[in-house]
Amino acid sequence: MVNAASRPDGPVEARVADGHKAVLEGPDIRRALTRIAHEILERTKGGEDVVLLGIQTRGVTLAQRLAEQLMQVEGRPVPCGSLDVTMYRDDLRMKPARAIRRTELPPEGVDDRIVVLVDDVLFSGRTVRAALDALNDLGRPRAVQLAVLVDRGHRELPIRADYVGKNLPTSMRENVKVLLAENDERDAVVLGLKEESK
Amino acid sequence: MKRHLISAADLSKDDALLVLDTAEELAQVSGRSIKKLPTLRGRTVVNLFYEDSTRTRISFEAAAKRLSADVINFSAKGSSVSKGESLKDTALTLEAMGADGVVIRHSASGAPHRLANWVQGSVINAGDGTHEHPTQALLDAFTMRQRLGDLEGRRVTIVGDILHSRVARSNVLLLDTLGAQVTVVAPPTLVPVAVDTWPCEVSYDLDAVLPKSDVIMMLRVQHERMNASYFPTVREYSRRYGLDGDRMAALPEHAIVMHPGPMNRGVEIAADVADSVRSTIVEQVANGVSARMAVLYLLLGGSEPAIGKEVSE
Repeated sequence: MVNAASRPDGPVEARVADGHKAVLEGPDIRRALTRIAHEILERTKGGEDVVLLGIQTRGVTLAQRLAEQLMQVEGRPVPCGSLDVTMYRDDLRMKPARAIRRTELPPEGVDDRIVVLVDDVLFSGRTVRAALDALNDLGRPRAVQLAVLVDRGHRELPIRADYVGKNLPTSMRENVKVLLAENDERDAVVLGLKEESK
Repeated sequence: MKRHLISAADLSKDDALLVLDTAEELAQVSGRSIKKLPTLRGRTVVNLFYEDSTRTRISFEAAAKRLSADVINFSAKGSSVSKGESLKDTALTLEAMGADGVVIRHSASGAPHRLANWVQGSVINAGDGTHEHPTQALLDAFTMRQRLGDLEGRRVTIVGDILHSRVARSNVLLLDTLGAQVTVVAPPTLVPVAVDTWPCEVSYDLDAVLPKSDVIMMLRVQHERMNASYFPTVREYSRRYGLDGDRMAALPEHAIVMHPGPMNRGVEIAADVADSVRSTIVEQVANGVSARMAVLYLLLGGSEPAIGKEVSE
Protein backbone atom coordinates (compact mmCIF):
# COMPACT_ATOMS: atom_id res chain seq x y z
CA MET A 1 0.00 0.00 0.00
CA VAL A 2 1.25 3.45 -0.90
CA ASN A 3 1.09 6.08 1.77
CA ALA A 4 -0.36 9.28 0.32
CA ALA A 5 2.03 11.50 2.29
CA SER A 6 5.07 9.80 0.73
CA ARG A 7 3.81 9.91 -2.84
CA PRO A 8 6.31 11.63 -5.10
CA ASP A 9 3.99 13.91 -7.10
CA GLY A 10 3.02 17.49 -6.14
CA PRO A 11 4.77 20.00 -3.94
CA VAL A 12 5.09 18.85 -0.33
CA GLU A 13 3.71 22.09 1.14
CA ALA A 14 0.38 21.63 -0.67
CA ARG A 15 -0.30 18.43 1.23
CA VAL A 16 -2.43 18.40 4.30
CA ALA A 17 -1.50 16.35 7.35
CA ASP A 18 -4.05 13.54 6.79
CA GLY A 19 -2.57 12.57 3.42
CA HIS A 20 -4.96 14.67 1.35
CA LYS A 21 -3.69 17.45 -0.79
CA ALA A 22 -5.49 20.52 -2.07
CA VAL A 23 -5.18 20.76 -5.86
CA LEU A 24 -7.31 23.90 -6.14
CA GLU A 25 -7.66 26.62 -3.52
CA GLY A 26 -10.30 29.33 -3.15
CA PRO A 27 -8.84 31.81 -5.69
CA ASP A 28 -8.31 29.03 -8.27
CA ILE A 29 -11.96 28.01 -7.97
CA ARG A 30 -13.06 31.62 -8.32
CA ARG A 31 -10.98 32.09 -11.46
CA ALA A 32 -12.24 28.83 -12.96
CA LEU A 33 -15.86 29.86 -12.38
CA THR A 34 -15.25 33.31 -13.88
CA ARG A 35 -13.80 31.70 -16.99
CA ILE A 36 -16.71 29.23 -17.24
CA ALA A 37 -19.17 32.13 -16.92
CA HIS A 38 -17.54 33.91 -19.83
CA GLU A 39 -17.45 30.72 -21.89
CA ILE A 40 -21.16 30.17 -21.27
CA LEU A 41 -21.93 33.70 -22.46
CA GLU A 42 -19.72 33.26 -25.49
CA ARG A 43 -21.18 29.91 -26.54
CA THR A 44 -24.78 30.89 -25.92
CA LYS A 45 -24.33 34.34 -27.54
CA GLY A 46 -25.08 36.43 -24.48
CA GLY A 47 -26.85 33.76 -22.45
CA GLU A 48 -30.35 35.02 -23.18
CA ASP A 49 -32.17 31.67 -22.89
CA VAL A 50 -29.82 30.08 -20.38
CA VAL A 51 -31.17 28.28 -17.31
CA LEU A 52 -28.62 27.01 -14.81
CA LEU A 53 -29.54 23.76 -13.05
CA GLY A 54 -27.26 22.65 -10.25
CA ILE A 55 -27.11 18.95 -9.36
CA GLN A 56 -27.55 18.44 -5.62
CA THR A 57 -25.68 19.23 -3.44
CA ARG A 58 -22.52 21.10 -4.44
CA GLY A 59 -23.63 21.59 -8.03
CA VAL A 60 -26.40 23.82 -6.68
CA THR A 61 -23.90 26.03 -4.84
CA LEU A 62 -21.74 26.24 -7.97
CA ALA A 63 -24.78 27.08 -10.13
CA GLN A 64 -25.68 29.92 -7.76
CA ARG A 65 -22.13 31.27 -7.92
CA LEU A 66 -22.16 31.04 -11.72
CA ALA A 67 -25.50 32.87 -11.81
CA GLU A 68 -23.95 35.71 -9.77
CA GLN A 69 -20.98 35.89 -12.13
CA LEU A 70 -23.26 35.96 -15.20
CA MET A 71 -25.30 38.72 -13.54
CA GLN A 72 -22.14 40.76 -12.98
CA VAL A 73 -20.97 40.39 -16.57
CA GLU A 74 -24.25 40.80 -18.45
CA GLY A 75 -26.19 42.82 -15.87
CA ARG A 76 -29.32 40.68 -16.13
CA PRO A 77 -30.44 37.85 -13.87
CA VAL A 78 -30.06 34.27 -15.09
CA PRO A 79 -32.65 31.74 -13.88
CA CYS A 80 -31.09 29.17 -11.57
CA GLY A 81 -32.56 26.00 -10.10
CA SER A 82 -31.66 22.72 -8.46
CA LEU A 83 -31.99 19.12 -9.58
CA ASP A 84 -31.95 16.03 -7.37
CA VAL A 85 -31.21 12.89 -9.36
CA THR A 86 -31.43 10.31 -6.55
CA MET A 87 -34.65 8.74 -7.89
CA TYR A 88 -33.05 8.34 -11.35
CA ARG A 89 -29.72 6.80 -10.31
CA ASP A 90 -28.76 3.40 -11.67
CA ASP A 91 -27.07 2.39 -8.41
CA LEU A 92 -30.15 2.94 -6.18
CA ARG A 93 -30.43 -0.79 -5.51
CA MET A 94 -26.82 -1.17 -4.43
CA LYS A 95 -27.33 0.88 -1.24
CA PRO A 96 -30.15 1.46 1.24
CA ALA A 97 -32.68 4.10 0.12
CA ARG A 98 -31.28 7.59 0.63
CA ALA A 99 -32.89 10.86 1.62
CA ILE A 100 -33.82 12.90 -1.40
CA ARG A 101 -33.19 16.60 -1.86
CA ARG A 102 -35.02 19.44 -3.48
CA THR A 103 -35.67 19.74 -7.19
CA GLU A 104 -36.64 23.32 -7.87
CA LEU A 105 -37.08 24.70 -11.35
CA PRO A 106 -37.06 28.45 -11.89
CA PRO A 107 -40.55 29.79 -12.68
CA GLU A 108 -39.62 30.11 -16.37
CA GLY A 109 -39.29 26.32 -16.60
CA VAL A 110 -36.91 24.53 -18.96
CA ASP A 111 -39.00 24.25 -22.13
CA ASP A 112 -37.18 25.71 -25.15
CA ARG A 113 -34.34 26.96 -22.95
CA ILE A 114 -30.64 26.20 -23.04
CA VAL A 115 -30.16 24.26 -19.83
CA VAL A 116 -26.65 24.25 -18.37
CA LEU A 117 -26.31 21.40 -15.88
CA VAL A 118 -23.76 22.22 -13.19
CA ASP A 119 -21.93 19.66 -11.06
CA ASP A 120 -18.78 19.62 -8.96
CA VAL A 121 -16.94 16.52 -10.22
CA LEU A 122 -17.37 14.65 -13.51
CA PHE A 123 -16.29 11.03 -13.03
CA SER A 124 -18.14 7.98 -14.40
CA GLY A 125 -20.81 10.14 -16.05
CA ARG A 126 -23.61 8.21 -14.33
CA THR A 127 -24.86 11.19 -12.34
CA VAL A 128 -25.11 13.21 -15.55
CA ARG A 129 -27.00 10.40 -17.25
CA ALA A 130 -29.45 10.38 -14.31
CA ALA A 131 -29.74 14.17 -14.60
CA LEU A 132 -30.55 13.91 -18.32
CA ASP A 133 -33.28 11.37 -17.51
CA ALA A 134 -34.67 13.61 -14.77
CA LEU A 135 -34.64 16.58 -17.13
CA ASN A 136 -36.56 14.54 -19.67
CA ASP A 137 -39.46 14.25 -17.18
CA LEU A 138 -39.39 17.97 -16.40
CA GLY A 139 -39.67 19.44 -19.86
CA ARG A 140 -38.03 19.75 -23.25
CA PRO A 141 -35.03 22.09 -23.31
CA ARG A 142 -33.76 23.39 -26.66
CA ALA A 143 -30.27 22.22 -25.72
CA VAL A 144 -28.53 20.79 -22.67
CA GLN A 145 -24.93 21.62 -21.80
CA LEU A 146 -22.73 20.50 -18.93
CA ALA A 147 -20.44 22.57 -16.72
CA VAL A 148 -18.20 20.93 -14.11
CA LEU A 149 -15.57 22.31 -11.76
CA VAL A 150 -13.36 19.21 -12.01
CA ASP A 151 -13.17 16.53 -14.70
CA ARG A 152 -11.29 13.60 -13.19
CA GLY A 153 -11.65 11.20 -16.13
CA HIS A 154 -12.60 7.47 -16.00
CA ARG A 155 -15.86 7.88 -17.92
CA GLU A 156 -18.12 4.83 -18.09
CA LEU A 157 -20.64 6.42 -20.44
CA PRO A 158 -20.35 8.51 -23.64
CA ILE A 159 -20.69 11.84 -21.83
CA ARG A 160 -18.42 14.90 -21.90
CA ALA A 161 -18.51 18.36 -20.36
CA ASP A 162 -18.93 21.58 -22.36
CA TYR A 163 -17.26 23.71 -19.68
CA VAL A 164 -14.51 22.38 -17.40
CA GLY A 165 -12.90 24.24 -14.50
CA LYS A 166 -9.91 21.92 -14.30
CA ASN A 167 -8.96 18.65 -15.94
CA LEU A 168 -7.53 16.53 -13.18
CA PRO A 169 -5.98 13.21 -14.19
CA THR A 170 -6.56 10.78 -11.33
CA SER A 171 -6.16 7.11 -10.57
CA MET A 172 -9.17 4.96 -9.61
CA ARG A 173 -7.68 4.61 -6.12
CA GLU A 174 -7.95 8.32 -5.56
CA ASN A 175 -10.81 10.36 -4.24
CA VAL A 176 -11.68 13.90 -5.36
CA LYS A 177 -13.65 16.07 -2.98
CA VAL A 178 -14.89 19.58 -3.72
CA LEU A 179 -15.29 21.75 -0.65
CA LEU A 180 -17.32 24.95 -0.91
CA ALA A 181 -17.65 27.64 1.74
CA GLU A 182 -21.49 27.46 1.70
CA ASN A 183 -21.43 23.70 2.44
CA ASP A 184 -18.02 23.00 3.99
CA GLU A 185 -16.73 26.28 5.48
CA ARG A 186 -13.90 26.64 2.96
CA ASP A 187 -13.22 26.51 -0.78
CA ALA A 188 -10.87 23.79 -2.02
CA VAL A 189 -10.60 20.77 -4.27
CA VAL A 190 -8.93 17.99 -2.31
CA LEU A 191 -7.29 14.87 -3.72
CA GLY A 192 -6.74 11.90 -1.44
CA LEU A 193 -6.68 8.14 -1.39
CA LYS A 194 -9.91 6.20 -1.08
CA GLU A 195 -10.57 4.75 2.37
CA GLU A 196 -10.27 1.13 1.28
CA SER A 197 -6.96 1.62 -0.58
CA LYS A 198 -5.15 3.38 2.26
CA MET B 1 -32.48 -7.24 6.61
CA LYS B 2 -36.23 -7.37 6.11
CA ARG B 3 -38.20 -4.50 7.61
CA HIS B 4 -41.88 -3.63 7.70
CA LEU B 5 -44.23 -0.81 8.59
CA ILE B 6 -46.86 -2.39 10.81
CA SER B 7 -47.18 0.10 13.64
CA ALA B 8 -46.54 3.83 13.84
CA ALA B 9 -44.28 2.87 16.76
CA ASP B 10 -41.98 1.06 14.28
CA LEU B 11 -40.72 4.51 13.27
CA SER B 12 -38.07 6.29 15.31
CA LYS B 13 -38.13 10.08 15.29
CA ASP B 14 -35.40 10.12 12.62
CA ASP B 15 -37.33 7.59 10.51
CA ALA B 16 -40.55 9.59 10.80
CA LEU B 17 -38.84 12.85 9.87
CA LEU B 18 -37.14 11.11 6.94
CA VAL B 19 -40.54 9.93 5.66
CA LEU B 20 -42.04 13.41 6.05
CA ASP B 21 -39.10 15.16 4.35
CA THR B 22 -39.13 12.62 1.52
CA ALA B 23 -42.90 13.05 1.14
CA GLU B 24 -42.43 16.80 0.87
CA GLU B 25 -40.04 16.43 -2.06
CA LEU B 26 -42.20 13.75 -3.69
CA ALA B 27 -45.27 15.99 -3.43
CA GLN B 28 -43.76 18.08 -6.23
CA VAL B 29 -44.06 15.14 -8.61
CA SER B 30 -47.85 15.37 -8.37
CA GLY B 31 -47.68 18.91 -9.71
CA ARG B 32 -45.72 18.02 -12.83
CA SER B 33 -47.06 17.13 -16.24
CA ILE B 34 -45.21 13.78 -16.08
CA LYS B 35 -46.22 12.42 -12.68
CA LYS B 36 -43.83 9.51 -12.68
CA LEU B 37 -40.42 8.52 -11.33
CA PRO B 38 -38.52 5.41 -12.50
CA THR B 39 -37.40 4.53 -8.97
CA LEU B 40 -39.28 1.25 -8.38
CA ARG B 41 -39.12 -0.04 -11.95
CA GLY B 42 -39.27 -3.82 -11.92
CA ARG B 43 -40.50 -4.04 -8.32
CA THR B 44 -43.86 -5.61 -7.59
CA VAL B 45 -46.27 -4.23 -5.01
CA VAL B 46 -49.34 -6.26 -4.07
CA ASN B 47 -52.37 -4.52 -2.62
CA LEU B 48 -54.07 -7.11 -0.45
CA PHE B 49 -57.43 -5.69 0.64
CA TYR B 50 -59.63 -7.88 2.82
CA GLU B 51 -61.78 -4.94 3.86
CA ASP B 52 -63.61 -2.34 1.77
CA SER B 53 -61.63 0.77 1.10
CA THR B 54 -61.65 3.38 -1.62
CA ARG B 55 -59.31 6.10 -0.44
CA THR B 56 -56.47 3.99 0.93
CA ARG B 57 -56.42 1.44 -1.89
CA ILE B 58 -56.48 4.06 -4.65
CA SER B 59 -53.90 6.09 -2.78
CA PHE B 60 -51.48 3.15 -2.45
CA GLU B 61 -52.09 2.20 -6.07
CA ALA B 62 -51.36 5.74 -7.31
CA ALA B 63 -48.27 5.97 -5.09
CA ALA B 64 -46.81 2.68 -6.38
CA LYS B 65 -47.60 3.55 -10.00
CA ARG B 66 -46.00 7.00 -9.74
CA LEU B 67 -42.83 5.23 -8.67
CA SER B 68 -43.15 2.86 -11.68
CA ALA B 69 -43.73 -0.29 -9.60
CA ASP B 70 -45.91 -3.06 -10.99
CA VAL B 71 -49.11 -3.15 -8.98
CA ILE B 72 -51.26 -6.21 -8.40
CA ASN B 73 -54.60 -5.51 -6.78
CA PHE B 74 -56.24 -8.20 -4.77
CA SER B 75 -59.54 -7.81 -3.00
CA ALA B 76 -61.21 -10.47 -0.94
CA LYS B 77 -64.41 -10.19 -2.94
CA GLY B 78 -64.23 -12.20 -6.14
CA SER B 79 -61.04 -14.04 -5.13
CA SER B 80 -60.27 -17.44 -3.65
CA VAL B 81 -60.82 -15.93 -0.21
CA SER B 82 -64.55 -16.16 -0.85
CA LYS B 83 -63.91 -19.85 -1.56
CA GLY B 84 -62.34 -20.24 1.90
CA GLU B 85 -58.62 -19.71 1.28
CA SER B 86 -56.69 -18.80 4.41
CA LEU B 87 -54.46 -15.73 4.77
CA LYS B 88 -51.41 -17.98 4.91
CA ASP B 89 -52.24 -19.74 1.65
CA THR B 90 -52.86 -16.41 -0.03
CA ALA B 91 -49.51 -15.23 1.34
CA LEU B 92 -47.76 -18.26 -0.15
CA THR B 93 -49.37 -17.52 -3.51
CA LEU B 94 -48.02 -13.97 -3.35
CA GLU B 95 -44.65 -15.34 -2.36
CA ALA B 96 -44.58 -17.49 -5.48
CA MET B 97 -45.26 -14.36 -7.54
CA GLY B 98 -42.29 -12.60 -5.98
CA ALA B 99 -43.91 -9.58 -4.34
CA ASP B 100 -41.33 -7.04 -3.11
CA GLY B 101 -43.92 -5.22 -1.03
CA VAL B 102 -47.31 -6.25 0.32
CA VAL B 103 -49.83 -3.62 1.36
CA ILE B 104 -52.46 -5.26 3.55
CA ARG B 105 -55.80 -4.11 4.89
CA HIS B 106 -57.55 -6.67 7.10
CA SER B 107 -60.44 -6.65 9.54
CA ALA B 108 -58.43 -8.68 12.07
CA SER B 109 -55.97 -6.78 14.26
CA GLY B 110 -52.53 -8.36 13.91
CA ALA B 111 -53.02 -9.81 10.41
CA PRO B 112 -50.11 -7.78 8.93
CA HIS B 113 -47.83 -9.01 11.72
CA ARG B 114 -48.66 -12.63 10.91
CA LEU B 115 -48.22 -11.97 7.21
CA ALA B 116 -44.75 -10.51 7.82
CA ASN B 117 -43.57 -13.94 8.95
CA TRP B 118 -44.82 -15.63 5.81
CA VAL B 119 -43.57 -13.41 2.99
CA GLN B 120 -40.13 -12.33 1.85
CA GLY B 121 -41.10 -8.76 0.96
CA SER B 122 -41.80 -5.79 3.19
CA VAL B 123 -45.28 -5.62 4.68
CA ILE B 124 -47.06 -2.28 4.94
CA ASN B 125 -50.07 -2.12 7.19
CA ALA B 126 -52.92 -0.27 5.48
CA GLY B 127 -55.24 -0.72 8.46
CA ASP B 128 -55.79 -3.82 10.59
CA GLY B 129 -59.02 -4.09 12.57
CA THR B 130 -59.03 -1.65 15.47
CA HIS B 131 -55.23 -1.79 15.79
CA GLU B 132 -53.22 0.55 13.55
CA HIS B 133 -53.09 2.50 10.31
CA PRO B 134 -49.56 3.97 10.24
CA THR B 135 -49.61 5.56 6.77
CA GLN B 136 -52.75 7.50 7.74
CA ALA B 137 -50.85 8.88 10.74
CA LEU B 138 -47.94 9.82 8.44
CA LEU B 139 -50.16 11.68 6.00
CA ASP B 140 -51.91 13.42 8.90
CA ALA B 141 -48.57 14.50 10.39
CA PHE B 142 -47.47 15.62 6.91
CA THR B 143 -50.63 17.74 6.55
CA MET B 144 -50.14 19.28 10.00
CA ARG B 145 -46.53 20.10 9.18
CA GLN B 146 -47.54 21.75 5.91
CA ARG B 147 -50.08 23.97 7.66
CA LEU B 148 -48.39 24.60 11.01
CA GLY B 149 -44.66 23.88 10.61
CA ASP B 150 -42.70 21.86 13.17
CA LEU B 151 -44.89 19.61 15.34
CA GLU B 152 -42.72 19.86 18.46
CA GLY B 153 -44.97 21.07 21.29
CA ARG B 154 -48.10 21.37 19.10
CA ARG B 155 -51.36 20.38 20.78
CA VAL B 156 -53.44 17.88 18.85
CA THR B 157 -56.92 16.83 19.94
CA ILE B 158 -58.44 13.62 18.57
CA VAL B 159 -62.20 13.39 19.06
CA GLY B 160 -64.65 10.53 18.70
CA ASP B 161 -64.64 6.78 18.51
CA ILE B 162 -61.18 6.19 19.99
CA LEU B 163 -62.09 2.63 21.02
CA HIS B 164 -62.52 1.33 17.47
CA SER B 165 -60.10 3.67 15.78
CA ARG B 166 -56.84 2.43 14.32
CA VAL B 167 -56.30 5.99 13.05
CA ALA B 168 -56.36 7.34 16.62
CA ARG B 169 -53.85 4.79 17.93
CA SER B 170 -51.39 5.32 15.08
CA ASN B 171 -51.71 9.08 15.34
CA VAL B 172 -51.16 9.11 19.10
CA LEU B 173 -47.99 7.01 18.73
CA LEU B 174 -46.55 8.94 15.78
CA LEU B 175 -47.40 12.40 17.11
CA ASP B 176 -45.80 11.51 20.44
CA THR B 177 -42.65 10.41 18.56
CA LEU B 178 -42.66 13.76 16.77
CA GLY B 179 -42.97 15.70 20.04
CA ALA B 180 -46.59 16.82 19.85
CA GLN B 181 -48.97 16.73 22.83
CA VAL B 182 -52.04 14.66 22.12
CA THR B 183 -55.39 14.70 23.91
CA VAL B 184 -58.09 12.20 23.07
CA VAL B 185 -61.70 13.23 23.69
CA ALA B 186 -64.59 10.77 23.68
CA PRO B 187 -67.55 9.54 25.70
CA PRO B 188 -66.19 7.23 28.46
CA THR B 189 -67.70 4.22 26.67
CA LEU B 190 -65.61 4.90 23.57
CA VAL B 191 -62.25 5.20 25.34
CA PRO B 192 -60.16 1.97 25.36
CA VAL B 193 -59.46 0.43 28.76
CA ALA B 194 -55.70 0.54 28.22
CA VAL B 195 -55.65 4.24 27.29
CA ASP B 196 -53.49 4.99 30.35
CA THR B 197 -50.63 3.18 28.59
CA TRP B 198 -50.95 5.53 25.58
CA PRO B 199 -48.70 8.59 25.49
CA CYS B 200 -51.63 11.05 25.61
CA GLU B 201 -54.10 12.88 27.83
CA VAL B 202 -57.77 11.87 28.05
CA SER B 203 -60.73 14.24 28.35
CA TYR B 204 -64.49 13.78 28.23
CA ASP B 205 -65.26 17.45 27.69
CA LEU B 206 -64.73 18.72 24.16
CA ASP B 207 -65.56 22.37 24.90
CA ALA B 208 -62.84 22.60 27.56
CA VAL B 209 -60.15 21.34 25.17
CA LEU B 210 -61.06 23.37 22.06
CA PRO B 211 -59.33 26.69 22.96
CA LYS B 212 -56.08 24.82 23.68
CA SER B 213 -55.91 22.93 20.37
CA ASP B 214 -53.71 23.65 17.35
CA VAL B 215 -55.24 20.69 15.51
CA ILE B 216 -58.59 19.03 15.97
CA MET B 217 -59.07 15.65 14.35
CA MET B 218 -62.61 14.31 14.14
CA LEU B 219 -63.13 10.56 13.84
CA ARG B 220 -66.04 8.72 12.28
CA VAL B 221 -68.39 6.79 14.53
CA GLN B 222 -67.75 3.26 13.32
CA HIS B 223 -71.20 1.71 13.49
CA GLU B 224 -69.98 -1.39 11.64
CA ARG B 225 -67.63 -2.27 14.50
CA MET B 226 -70.12 -1.53 17.28
CA ASN B 227 -71.77 -4.59 18.78
CA ALA B 228 -73.36 -2.72 21.69
CA SER B 229 -74.86 0.69 22.46
CA TYR B 230 -72.01 3.01 23.29
CA PHE B 231 -74.16 6.14 23.46
CA PRO B 232 -77.92 6.73 23.74
CA THR B 233 -78.61 8.38 20.38
CA VAL B 234 -76.63 9.70 17.42
CA ARG B 235 -78.22 13.10 18.10
CA GLU B 236 -76.91 13.21 21.63
CA TYR B 237 -73.45 12.13 20.48
CA SER B 238 -73.46 14.83 17.85
CA ARG B 239 -74.58 17.49 20.34
CA ARG B 240 -71.78 16.66 22.82
CA TYR B 241 -68.92 15.51 20.60
CA GLY B 242 -69.71 16.83 17.11
CA LEU B 243 -67.80 19.77 15.63
CA ASP B 244 -70.23 22.48 14.52
CA GLY B 245 -69.71 26.12 13.56
CA ASP B 246 -69.93 27.40 17.15
CA ARG B 247 -67.32 24.95 18.38
CA MET B 248 -65.04 25.78 15.45
CA ALA B 249 -65.26 29.46 16.49
CA ALA B 250 -63.89 28.49 19.92
CA LEU B 251 -60.68 27.17 18.33
CA PRO B 252 -57.57 29.39 18.16
CA GLU B 253 -57.24 31.48 14.96
CA HIS B 254 -54.59 29.24 13.36
CA ALA B 255 -56.10 25.87 14.30
CA ILE B 256 -56.93 23.34 11.59
CA VAL B 257 -59.72 20.76 11.35
CA MET B 258 -58.88 17.26 10.13
CA HIS B 259 -60.87 14.13 9.34
CA PRO B 260 -59.44 10.87 7.98
CA GLY B 261 -62.63 10.15 5.99
CA PRO B 262 -65.09 8.82 5.19
CA MET B 263 -67.16 11.51 6.97
CA ASN B 264 -70.65 11.33 8.36
CA ARG B 265 -71.68 14.92 7.75
CA GLY B 266 -74.00 16.12 10.47
CA VAL B 267 -72.84 13.48 12.98
CA GLU B 268 -69.21 14.08 14.05
CA ILE B 269 -68.68 17.09 11.80
CA ALA B 270 -71.11 19.72 10.46
CA ALA B 271 -71.17 20.20 6.71
CA ASP B 272 -70.11 23.87 6.85
CA VAL B 273 -67.14 22.96 9.08
CA ALA B 274 -66.05 20.19 6.71
CA ASP B 275 -66.11 22.66 3.80
CA SER B 276 -64.47 25.58 5.63
CA VAL B 277 -60.99 26.93 4.83
CA ARG B 278 -59.70 25.47 8.08
CA SER B 279 -60.59 21.98 7.03
CA THR B 280 -57.72 19.95 5.53
CA ILE B 281 -59.87 17.00 4.48
CA VAL B 282 -59.19 17.31 0.74
CA GLU B 283 -55.48 18.05 1.31
CA GLN B 284 -55.23 14.91 3.42
CA VAL B 285 -56.28 12.79 0.46
CA ALA B 286 -53.72 14.44 -1.86
CA ASN B 287 -51.01 14.19 0.79
CA GLY B 288 -51.82 10.49 1.23
CA VAL B 289 -50.26 9.72 -2.15
CA SER B 290 -47.06 11.64 -1.31
CA ALA B 291 -46.72 10.03 2.14
CA ARG B 292 -47.26 6.53 0.71
CA MET B 293 -44.78 7.18 -2.11
CA ALA B 294 -42.23 8.11 0.56
CA VAL B 295 -42.91 4.90 2.53
CA LEU B 296 -42.72 2.71 -0.59
CA TYR B 297 -39.50 4.38 -1.73
CA LEU B 298 -37.81 4.10 1.66
CA LEU B 299 -38.86 0.46 2.15
CA LEU B 300 -38.38 -0.86 -1.40
CA GLY B 301 -36.16 1.63 -3.24
CA GLY B 302 -32.73 0.61 -2.01
CA SER B 303 -30.79 -2.58 -1.37
CA GLU B 304 -32.53 -2.82 1.99
CA PRO B 305 -35.27 -0.84 3.76
CA ALA B 306 -34.21 2.49 5.27
CA ILE B 307 -37.12 2.62 7.75
CA GLY B 308 -39.40 0.28 9.69
CA LYS B 309 -38.85 -2.63 12.00
CA GLU B 310 -38.03 -6.31 11.85
CA VAL B 311 -40.71 -8.77 12.92
CA SER B 312 -40.07 -11.88 14.99
CA GLU B 313 -42.48 -14.79 15.43
